[in-house]
Amino acid sequence: MPAVRLRALSKTFREGFWRSRIQLALDRVSLDVPRGAVLGYLGPNGAGKTTTLRLLMQLVHPTAGSAEILGRPIGDPAVRRRVGYLPEAARFYDSCTAEELLMYFGGLFGYTAAERRRRTALQLDRAGIGAERRRRLRTYSRGMLQRVGIAQALLNDPEVVFLDEPMTGLDPLGRRDVRNLMLALRNEGRTVLISSHVLSDAEAVCSHVAILNRGRLAAAGRIAELDLDVRGWELVVAGADESLLAACGTAERRVTRVADGRYVIDLPVEPTPERVVADLAQRGARIVSLNPKHETLEDYFLRRVDETAAEPSAAPRHD
Amino acid sequence: MSVVATIARHAVRDAMRGGVLRGVTLVALGMVLAAPVAGRLSADQDLKVVKDLGLAAIHLAGLVVALSMGIRLIAREVARRSVDAVLAKPIRRHEFILGQYAGLLATLALALTLLATVLAATAWWVEDSGFTPAPAAAVDPALLKAVSLTFMQVALVAAVALCFSTFASPAVAAAATCGFYVVGHFGADLRRLDGVVDAPLATSLATGLSYVLPNLASFDVKAAVVHGEAVTAWHVVLTTGAGAAYILAFLVLAVTAFSRRDLT
Repeated sequence: MPAVRLRALSKTFREGFWRSRIQLALDRVSLDVPRGAVLGYLGPNGAGKTTTLRLLMQLVHPTAGSAEILGRPIGDPAVRRRVGYLPEAARFYDSCTAEELLMYFGGLFGYTAAERRRRTALQLDRAGIGAERRRRLRTYSRGMLQRVGIAQALLNDPEVVFLDEPMTGLDPLGRRDVRNLMLALRNEGRTVLISSHVLSDAEAVCSHVAILNRGRLAAAGRIAELDLDVRGWELVVAGADESLLAACGTAERRVTRVADGRYVIDLPVEPTPERVVADLAQRGARIVSLNPKHETLEDYFLRRVDETAAEPSAAPRHD
Repeated sequence: MSVVATIARHAVRDAMRGGVLRGVTLVALGMVLAAPVAGRLSADQDLKVVKDLGLAAIHLAGLVVALSMGIRLIAREVARRSVDAVLAKPIRRHEFILGQYAGLLATLALALTLLATVLAATAWWVEDSGFTPAPAAAVDPALLKAVSLTFMQVALVAAVALCFSTFASPAVAAAATCGFYVVGHFGADLRRLDGVVDAPLATSLATGLSYVLPNLASFDVKAAVVHGEAVTAWHVVLTTGAGAAYILAFLVLAVTAFSRRDLT
């Protein structure tokens, strides 16, 4: 049983008053997030990422389709005992301290005062909020607020965590800390769904990705199993010298000397590298390795987004 | 502690730290404390003036707090997206609405209790200082009846404001609540409109409204209390019961509207 299951989940919004338009935010999205996966839910702005998370948290109601978390329908409040959620750009309560905020949220789970205190201290420590936990939230920086947001999302020790743009407003150090936190969640075996458009972060921490564009799912799967295009070959040879490489027709390629007699050669996709490999071996060079060079997640993302953009548009309709 | 009580407690704390409650309560306190000065300008009616001004200050403060906080209670949570994190916890939307309303009621009760206590103390001081020659009970039970009914009225206004705020912008909710308050005060006049205006549709509408909306004038016993007229216990019970029924109806509407709403 997947941790999160979406089945043909759709959401339309009505816009305008007199002449209302129907805006399709999510178009029949079906997706399984396996237990223990860290899924990067990627897409450009307006792709429907936040809408999906808000649907899962029942903040908006689906127009069609269904969704389950941990095998229970999303409408079941009991399932939220096992889920944590960081909303996008939430400002919480200016007049509260971080400690008061988490104590309040702990009360919503029905924890005793002692238990709330324990969990509050634990999660604020984990989020790196120190003595400032007794300061009003209005004095916090954007990054500190984001950490408090993450702390409240983890207050109930959730099995499934939804993080909506967790890197927003963070400086490089803050991003590193949040990335480490996500890696820790992954190592603890939690299922994490991260909505983001920062691909490098997703690539660093995610085991799976789902790419959304204009409300439609463009691709989904394990990062290791995505049909990433081969962009070339990386050939490592030893026991060679520059004259030998030139004789094999590799001089015009990007060649990097990494050690005495050892070179890394970037070869194009076409022609295939067999002829160069055979030639080098015949002239006495030792082939250390030959690996395909795949496109990056960013290249893949842009390709999939471009492909789905070319598909028939889910244009707004007038009633 | 139940979820509703937890939300209510948080709402009270948030309100206490907000500027509106403090500002309005301070102004009303100033009015109550300044009432003896106004009383000295009257012809031996010090106590009546103190009670009159004091009850008016309590009424006004209650209305301003109920209206200003009622219309913003939900809108502010939605605008700053704190509601997202709250509703992501294992609670239901009706618990959130009821908790917010209970918090607003507790805030109003605290503010009105403080003001009523200061009014009673001021009235007692005016009587004790011998400013007023006419023997009159400074702290009579009727004062409590007037404050209780004022509390019921502002509780009803708060429920109406909260109800509108679950589906309308703060500006629209404020306008609608003010409209409700005005119409609620002129129910009897609306019923007599057909003798004044020759517009059948308008008079039918006005008559219909006067029967559907509560008669807010019946909550206002300030003048009777100040002038020593009897306010029967039956009137207090009946008016409180009617107020509670209307509050319940508006809360049901609020919960229904908020439960269906997409929080975008």
